[in-house]
Amino acid sequence: MADSKAKPGLLLDIRNLRIEATVYPPGEPPKNIVLVHDVSLTLEKGKVLGLIGESGAGKSTIGLSSMGYGRGGVRITGGEVILNGRDIMKGGKEGFRKLRGREVCYVAQSAAAAFNPAHRLMDQVVEATLLHGMATRTEAEKRAVALFKKLSLPNPETIGERFPHQVSGGQLQRVMTAMALCSEPDLIVFDEPTTALDVTTQIDVLAAIKDAIRDTGVAALYITHDLAVVAQVSDEIMVLRHGRLVECGDTRQIIKEPRQDYTRALVSVHEIEHAEEKPGATPFLSVKNITAAYGGGNVKVLRDISVEIYPGQTLAVVGESGSGKSTLARAITGLLPPVEGTVTFDGRPLANRLADRPKEDLRQLQMIYQMADVAMNPRQTVGTIIGRPLTFYFGLRGAERDNRVKELLEEIEMGQGFINRYPAELSGGQKQRVCIARALAGKPKLIICDEVTSALDPLVANGILKLLLNLQQIERVAYLFITHDIATVKSIADSIAVMYRGEVVRYGSKSKVLTPPFDDYTDLLLSSVPAMEIGWLEQAIGGRKMASAGH
Amino acid sequence: MLDIKRIPIPALIGIVLTAMFVLAAIFGPLIAPHGNGEIIGDVWEPMTAAHWLGTDNLGRDLLSRMIYGARITLFIAVLATALSFSLGAILGFSAAVFGGWFDTLLSRLVDLLMSIPTLIMGLVVLSVLPSNLVTLILVMGILDSTRVYRLSRAVAVDINVMDYVEAAKLRGEGSGWIIFREILPNALSPLVSELGLRFIYAVLFLSTLSFLGLGVQPPDADWGAMVKENKDGIVFGIGAALIPAAAIAMLAISVNLVADWVLNRTTSLKGGRG
Amino acid sequence: MSSSIVKLGAQRIALGIMLLLAVSVLIFAGTQILPGDVAQAILGQSATPESLANLREQLGLNQPAYVRYFHWLGGVLAGDLGTSMTSGQGISSAIKGRLWNTLFLAFWAAIVAIPLAITLGLIAVRYRNGWVDKLISGLALASTSFPEFFIGYVLVYFFAVKWQIFPGISTVYDGMPFLERMQAIAMPVTALTLVVLAHMMRMTRAAILNVMQSAYVETAELKGLSAFAVIRKHAFPNAIAPIINVVMLNLAYLIVGVVVVEVIFVYPGMGQYLVDHVTKRDVPVVQAVGLIFAAVYISLNIIADIAAIVANPRLRHPK
Repeated sequence: MADSKAKPGLLLDIRNLRIEATVYPPGEPPKNIVLVHDVSLTLEKGKVLGLIGESGAGKSTIGLSSMGYGRGGVRITGGEVILNGRDIMKGGKEGFRKLRGREVCYVAQSAAAAFNPAHRLMDQVVEATLLHGMATRTEAEKRAVALFKKLSLPNPETIGERFPHQVSGGQLQRVMTAMALCSEPDLIVFDEPTTALDVTTQIDVLAAIKDAIRDTGVAALYITHDLAVVAQVSDEIMVLRHGRLVECGDTRQIIKEPRQDYTRALVSVHEIEHAEEKPGATPFLSVKNITAAYGGGNVKVLRDISVEIYPGQTLAVVGESGSGKSTLARAITGLLPPVEGTVTFDGRPLANRLADRPKEDLRQLQMIYQMADVAMNPRQTVGTIIGRPLTFYFGLRGAERDNRVKELLEEIEMGQGFINRYPAELSGGQKQRVCIARALAGKPKLIICDEVTSALDPLVANGILKLLLNLQQIERVAYLFITHDIATVKSIADSIAVMYRGEVVRYGSKSKVLTPPFDDYTDLLLSSVPAMEIGWLEQAIGGRKMASAGH
Repeated sequence: MLDIKRIPIPALIGIVLTAMFVLAAIFGPLIAPHGNGEIIGDVWEPMTAAHWLGTDNLGRDLLSRMIYGARITLFIAVLATALSFSLGAILGFSAAVFGGWFDTLLSRLVDLLMSIPTLIMGLVVLSVLPSNLVTLILVMGILDSTRVYRLSRAVAVDINVMDYVEAAKLRGEGSGWIIFREILPNALSPLVSELGLRFIYAVLFLSTLSFLGLGVQPPDADWGAMVKENKDGIVFGIGAALIPAAAIAMLAISVNLVADWVLNRTTSLKGGRG
Repeated sequence: MSSSIVKLGAQRIALGIMLLLAVSVLIFAGTQILPGDVAQAILGQSATPESLANLREQLGLNQPAYVRYFHWLGGVLAGDLGTSMTSGQGISSAIKGRLWNTLFLAFWAAIVAIPLAITLGLIAVRYRNGWVDKLISGLALASTSFPEFFIGYVLVYFFAVKWQIFPGISTVYDGMPFLERMQAIAMPVTALTLVVLAHMMRMTRAAILNVMQSAYVETAELKGLSAFAVIRKHAFPNAIAPIINVVMLNLAYLIVGVVVVEVIFVYPGMGQYLVDHVTKRDVPVVQAVGLIFAAVYISLNIIADIAAIVANPRLRHPK
């Protein structure tokens, strides 16, 4: 039943796709929810379509529908998925099996979890090719080695002999891409393939994927939440929200001339203006020559760190995973007493150990965490969570306390109605706001923000950043802002410390740190941050001084 | 505040049956038609209108014996559970919060105790201790507290590393607030369901010991001992021993159903709303 | 087989031996140092001072406890489990036949229960959340609430008394023909199987479900492998370790069930022997048999651990 309307060169044609799932809320009857509402898309042979949206936008679900696959209870309940001129929904289970791994392949977000720990990489890479009888084992392995080379994996001849746990995350992601390419499919679904990687590793994997797509002529659906990333690899971009289409167009149009407000917000998400303040006369927190270690002093995770924070200003500490940036926060708070060095606060030395600090010091120094879900006691209401510091530090009780809680709720733009809610009843952004209010309740001079926006969708994160900046104006509170995201740093910092392997490699005011000449690592870090520009990837790869830091 | 119509059927059955057993135990002497040791007829008489469950191996009224048996069974099981639970939970929480040598010492000791099957260790100890209720409750409670200890320690350790506990520590809260306001409310739902399981286990363990002749001693009898008294009838086709055995099973199942429901209710993080 | 596996395995065995030694101390202490006079407990309140003194002498109670412990341990290591107080016979020789009987019973219960539990577990996973799965988990809930003797006597009541298919008492003797012996143990094997089945099945179900929900199983499905190939090539190699673990843990549970089941069916095994001598307060026998049960239990746990180590690719192929 070849479709008469099919255009020549059209590979995938999804029409009015409707996807539903059954959810089982505890203690309630199961109910159906619609994940994707009548979405249509087309993809020509050899082209790349980027699917972008926040969590819950339905982008992965749509991607997987091209393979007739629904994750755990997800069902395609309406519409057609036409691949190579036939509606795959009519092929039944047998039909799905024939197309999966042969016409369409899949690259998952976490290759580390997606590879079977019990088998060697080569066996897994050639498995689909052999299964569908596309090549003999020798041919398939030769093809795999060639792909390993193309994806610039180290030791392409022998890496297939290894087991998944013997290979780093960035390399596994490339092996997984090779696995998808090995059976020479018509279409590959890339599902956030670089999201779990560090920023300097991401750029290499991204470049490898882009080259491989170009050289093999395969078509791709590239799913991500990061518009700047998708702009580098795709010909067209489709913006999704809550399972509905927002806007679809070629890449240039979407990032240069977005038509919808939502797309415009996504494009300009990183453009928060924050004029840098000059450091004042005296810092009120200065960290001098701090060295910290785990395991009784054996594993040094911080070496000789010195930074200063001025009243009402923000010091951003930026680095990749393992750089020691969160450990610095633990050292300052006294959770991990430093082995050497001192912390001076407001002119007086801070005790190294948390237990030795007076209540007043604890009040002045508050903290906000990355995962707001686990930073709040799920058995306490918002009123208790925000109210406890008021009672604890200032002895406020009853109506007095409730009034102050309400004021704080207004300050974080949430409204008084939330006072009796439990954390489970809040959205991700609201949870983080409550955490901010809890930190503010103590009227601190400094708040340590540990990756506070990393777990949030870009627009929500943006709202949190703006709130933090506003509150800084009102309360004159200083921030120690820990992040891996340079774009965030640009929007919020007055001064910056770049950390790499437990040391500060560059430190100074924002303008100074972000102005060339750079040291090698800062150069690598800055050049690895995807810019919302077409052709950025090639420029960045060409102009690097230092190879990727991780792996 | 608790709407009976919202209780699922299995839980309702569990609640009714459990309540029945408990009432029978409390008001035993008032509702039992005959005395516990009173011989009222022939050996192993069948079920009749006068003796609903028939008579036992000595001609005593089985229904009355069952009611008195419920008393002893529940009494010992409740006390043993209370002991194992308070001992295990207090030590487990303390081990998790204080850590250090206290934790290491206790945990190793518990590992050691748990490397011997409970029944075997119980038999070994009961071979030298005097046979009375106090011994029985102490042995059951202490041996079983190892399991409660492991669970409460594990639960508390997991909660203790959560960011909200760290936040409370950074705020400067003392260990009282941290244990009772941060950790305990979150540990409650696994502990409550464990309480149900431990009680069932205590009933089963007691019955097994009595069945083996090492638990409650005559003339008193819990249900397990009643199975032992009447087991010889089975080969003659007399099912008297099956009645107390079935009662044990029924009690265990009903408590299980209630515990399941309580667990589901208390895991809701929205304060019972929504 | 890499050296790190051998090392880990050896470590685990060494740890097990240390644990066993500690357990022997505990069992010894449990019978010797607890409050109460052992001789008094054995002879009862009416004992004369002379007979008490004699018994103390006989039990070696006049020596310090640690001397008695090492004396006992030395004997156990040399294969001498001591002498029964009630019969005056050597425990080792009395136990031999009974140990064999118990192992025979447990062996056949395991042979029936393990494949049955794994098959039912697989079926429950295959039809998860369907009525089969619900029925299976309902039965599992029920059977964990049943005391062993309830299951045992229901079996006796119907199969031995009402329908007279199997004997209600499992008499076995030396030189008994194999088939007759099998018929004699049919009911205790069934009872034991029912005792461990539900738990083993529920844990198998959980272990397989855990593997089936992993990302690499999804990868395999997205390569177009058939459901059977996914399970055989991708799920099974990873599920094997947890399943072995489940099986071993339940076999350990089985050796406790054996005590009650032997008493129900009057089967001449170790459990029956232990219970008899606990009642008679024959301390040397209780110590010896308790130690043997503990040793079997600990060995099964070590095997479970070693199986998990061997099946773990991270340990088999270190970086």
